[in-house]
This record gives sequence, C-alpha cells and structure tokens, in this order.
Amino acid sequence: MKTVFVTVGTTCFDELIECITSAEVTQVLRARGYERLVLQVGRGSFLPDTDSCSHISLEAYRFKASIAEDIQQADLIISHAGAGSCLEALSAGKPLLVVVNDKLMDNHQLELAQQLHADSHLLYCTCSSLTETLRTMDLSNLQPFEPGQPKNFANFLDKALGVR
Amino acid sequence: MVGLLLVGLGGLLALVLVVLVRVSLVLRAGSRLQQQRRRRRSTDTGSVSVSVLVVAGSGGHTSEMLRLMDSLSPSYSPRHYVIADTDRMSEDKICSSERSRRQENSEDQFFIHRIPRSREVLQSWSSSIFSTLRALRFSIPLVFRLRPDVVLCNGPGTCVPLCVAALLLGILGMKKVVLVYVESICRVQNLSLTGKILYPITDYFFVQWACLRDKYPRSIFLGRIV
Repeated sequence: MKTVFVTVGTTCFDELIECITSAEVTQVLRARGYERLVLQVGRGSFLPDTDSCSHISLEAYRFKASIAEDIQQADLIISHAGAGSCLEALSAGKPLLVVVNDKLMDNHQLELAQQLHADSHLLYCTCSSLTETLRTMDLSNLQPFEPGQPKNFANFLDKALGVR
Repeated sequence: MVGLLLVGLGGLLALVLVVLVRVSLVLRAGSRLQQQRRRRRSTDTGSVSVSVLVVAGSGGHTSEMLRLMDSLSPSYSPRHYVIADTDRMSEDKICSSERSRRQENSEDQFFIHRIPRSREVLQSWSSSIFSTLRALRFSIPLVFRLRPDVVLCNGPGTCVPLCVAALLLGILGMKKVVLVYVESICRVQNLSLTGKILYPITDYFFVQWACLRDKYPRSIFLGRIV
C-alpha cells in the first residue's frame, strides 16, 4: 500500500497536520496513488481520529522511540524543516517534501533544509502551497543524497596527530 | 597617589601581555604534539595511543559525534565522554555505540563523565554566562585530572568551558591539548554561537559546507563528514 509518512519531530505543527488531513489534500494524495497516511504529530494539540478521512487510511500518534520503521515503510515523507528529520529521511533514500512553518521566525534549522533544496535533494513548500506542490511535484527530479564520509575526518586526524 | 595608580596599571598591563603571549604560543604549538608522539613511538612498543575527551551534547549533536567516533581507529583510546547532567538520551546512545566497537577490539576503554549543562535550550544569554562559569568550575578539575591528548567537540554549549579548561592546561605549561571542533552539518551559512567562540582557540576547526569555508579561512572543509 503506497504510504505517506508525515513527521514533525518534537515540535508542534498543527497547521501542517490540519492541512494534510483536509479533504482537499487527501484527495490529491489519493489521486497520486497514495492510500495510507501515517502522522507523527509530536507536541501538537491536534491528534486526528483514525476514521476522520474518507479518502485515505489514516494512522496518527504523538511519539515513538524510533520512527525508523515508519520511514522505511513510506513511499513519500512529508516533514517539518528539522535537521534530524530531514537527514533521517534522506539517509533512508526516501523522497522528501519539507513543509516550512513560516510562523516560526529565526529558525536556524531552515538553513539546512534550504541548502538541501538548493541541491535538489528535497522538495520545499509552506502549508499554503502544499496542495499545489503535491499536485505538481515530480519526484524523479530529486537527486540522491550521498552519505557523509567520516573516514575523511579520521584520516585527516590520524595524519595531523601522527597516529599510525 | 597617581604614581601608585600608574605603577599598578603598568603591572596589570604587563601581566595581561605575558598571558596573551603565552596564549598565542600555546595556540601555535599544534604541530609540537606530533613531534612528541613520534618521539614517544620510537621509544615505546611501536603502537601510539591518543586519549580523547569527547564532548557529547544532546540529541543531534551526540548522533553526529558518534558517527565521527565510529570512524576513529582503536588508537584513540581511552575515550572519555563528557555529557550534561540533565541529558539522559546521550548515555544510552554512547553505550550502544561503544558496544558495537567493543566486538572489534576488546582492549578499547571508554568512560562517561557528567558536568552541569552550560546552557539549556532557550536559556537567556545573561544567565548562560553564570551557568557557564559554574560548568567551568567542574570542567577544570575534570580536564586537569584526565589530561587528554585531544578534546573533540561539535557544538553544545558544554564545549566552551571544557575547551577553556584544556587551553588552561597549555597556558600553565602542563600539557598542550589539541582542540578539535566539528561544526554541525546543520550550519550552512553561519557558525553556531559555540563555533564562533571556539574558532579562534581550536587547532583544527572543521566545517561541512563550502559556504562556511569561504567565510572562515582557518577552517578545514572535507565535504560532509557525518
């Protein structure tokens, strides 16, 4: 079953949760072949009912010890701009759409999401452009995200410190 | 009276000058450790070990740090992890990371130390200064007791008092500790506050985005390393 996983990390982002479960967005998701929607809503005040959507099968929870399994099962991940969530989704090789909370000012975490968007590793929108983005997005344009190379760091340090 | 004041002022100025010269000497002594090591190796059994003090912060910082630690060879031993006393998550992460290491090398040693946190998320700047001073009171005895070869840190506020304590070891001529800082991958355009404070005093300062390398000429850029 084609699944969308929505994650807001440890933040609250009610606007995204309300937007994604609206009839308009779920219809678009359905039209694109997604049948299941899993929501991790964090500290948000809005925890949708499982049977509140007619277009799509819906599951929602606040927190889990690990969201790795939900990420693995997802065909599309929709995330807040948090660095941890972005990196976890991209490292799993999943298509990622970041929805920016434009009501949060001075959020330094935006830096990373914006850069990864500039490098074509993820899609990027706000709640107001979410429907349009989902309707028109082309996931095949996304560039794969290569893992970082800690070995380069280790080699540099070995040389600098005269180890080996 | 004025004369006495001038003499006092002159003395103070001289003291500041001596300390500054000493600090700059310590900061430039980065390569001396390498010579020390070479010497130690030629007299020892042939294997070199580097004791590391690792500052593990919270959440994302700890994950990034453990990815770096995983890449280091068993020569980096013992490894002393310092975590904030209010941090519960990091200890579990460190232990599971070290367990997976242990299977490869049974000689490896690691320890976990706790100190008060310098700055909680969202804490005000003025009260941060006091809590940092408090953290320094715990950092100095710890660093002086462990006398690590290297301090490795990547951003949480706790890095600052620990690096200052390590610098103090050098200033007092007790030991030159190599300070290594790795800026978080989250920092693309601007350094974190900790990064800005530590940039002038670290021996090796790594950034993970080209934009930061261009802004900070002393930094080392090897692409993304976590």
